Amino acid sequence: MKVEDFELLAKTVKERSGLVLSKDKAYLLETRLMPVARKHGLKGLDELSDQVRRRNETLIGDITEAMTTNESLFFRDNKPFDQFKAAVLPGLMKAREGQKRVRIWSAACSSGQEPYSLSMLIKEEGAKLTDWRFDIMATDISMEMINKAKAGIYTQFEVQRGLPITLLIKYFKQNGDKWILDSAIRSMVQFKPFNLLESLSGMGQFDIVFCRNVLIYFDQATKGKVLDGIANQLADDGVLYLGGAETVLGITDRFAPVPGYRGMYQKKGGTPAVVPAST
Amino acid sequence: MKSCLVVDDSRVIRMVARKILEELNFEVIEAEDGKVALDACNKSLPDAVLLDWNMPVMDGLEFLVALRQLPGNENVQVIFCTTENDLEHIQKAISAGANEYIMKPFDSEIIQSKFTQVGLL
Repeated sequence: MKVEDFELLAKTVKERSGLVLSKDKAYLLETRLMPVARKHGLKGLDELSDQVRRRNETLIGDITEAMTTNESLFFRDNKPFDQFKAAVLPGLMKAREGQKRVRIWSAACSSGQEPYSLSMLIKEEGAKLTDWRFDIMATDISMEMINKAKAGIYTQFEVQRGLPITLLIKYFKQNGDKWILDSAIRSMVQFKPFNLLESLSGMGQFDIVFCRNVLIYFDQATKGKVLDGIANQLADDGVLYLGGAETVLGITDRFAPVPGYRGMYQKKGGTPAVVPAST
Repeated sequence: MKSCLVVDDSRVIRMVARKILEELNFEVIEAEDGKVALDACNKSLPDAVLLDWNMPVMDGLEFLVALRQLPGNENVQVIFCTTENDLEHIQKAISAGANEYIMKPFDSEIIQSKFTQVGLL
């Protein structure tokens, strides 16, 4: 791949999605964009780059889509979900006792495993949460991922990564080698495409935001902008979940770690509606 | 070091499972059918059993039922690992006392995920 083509494609992808592609990721561009080139009847990345220079918007959309498609797994890393069940849910149930309504945002939901893990977890709480309303909003930049997530159909491989067998039996139906998630779980999540580079002000207020393993793909300035945007939409006693390799330190002063809970952040100056960690 | 008894009539599967489990720091014991596995459990109970379903002499389900009669068996995490990939078999296994279930083919990521779920990693 020509250097100028790599630079052009990397710049285009960053402009559209915030995703930073360093030179050592050239292989990723080639692997993911060759099928896009073929789809558009182009011979290779040379021709694809020429079309990008001519601002072929449909092609640019497909390129962004191909580069931002990432796989996920149910109950990824376990711990955040254990903490959600043991500390966040009880904390919120106390703090929201009056309105009995909780809004959750899964900000880069990929193929839906994260919001569906939360739905199953909430469903498993059963009687405790009768009369409560949980709105789970799930967004992703990729329309392909949103459509896959909405369908709630997973392969045998996908349902074996992170999902306990008891939940598979309870909430999935088998159809050949595919597993279909129960509509009662699917209907708990509202999916829509959303680019985190856009203004978050129309999203409304959330009690919990999951924005895990997304910031790692952004440069410092974009990370700061996204985190500040989330802070504006988060309730003062709400919490933000980031991925294990992500931090707010040196990026924004709007968030601080929740003591004792790795990966969980509170708004600076706020008191999170979370059962304090025992030390 | 935790121990895992790998029960499968295929030497290749036992070898692949051993490699993955040893990388996860398990001491691995092998058995080629349910009977051999049960004899091993009568001598000493492992922390986990990775269990095939269809085997000669004694199949996986028969082994599991017998294992669940042994004193101290409640501390043994049993993970089925089989080509019987339908819901009916999975339900039968869980009812008989299996803790988790792997549908073949498997890879190291699935093994790691399931052993984490049963609290051994």
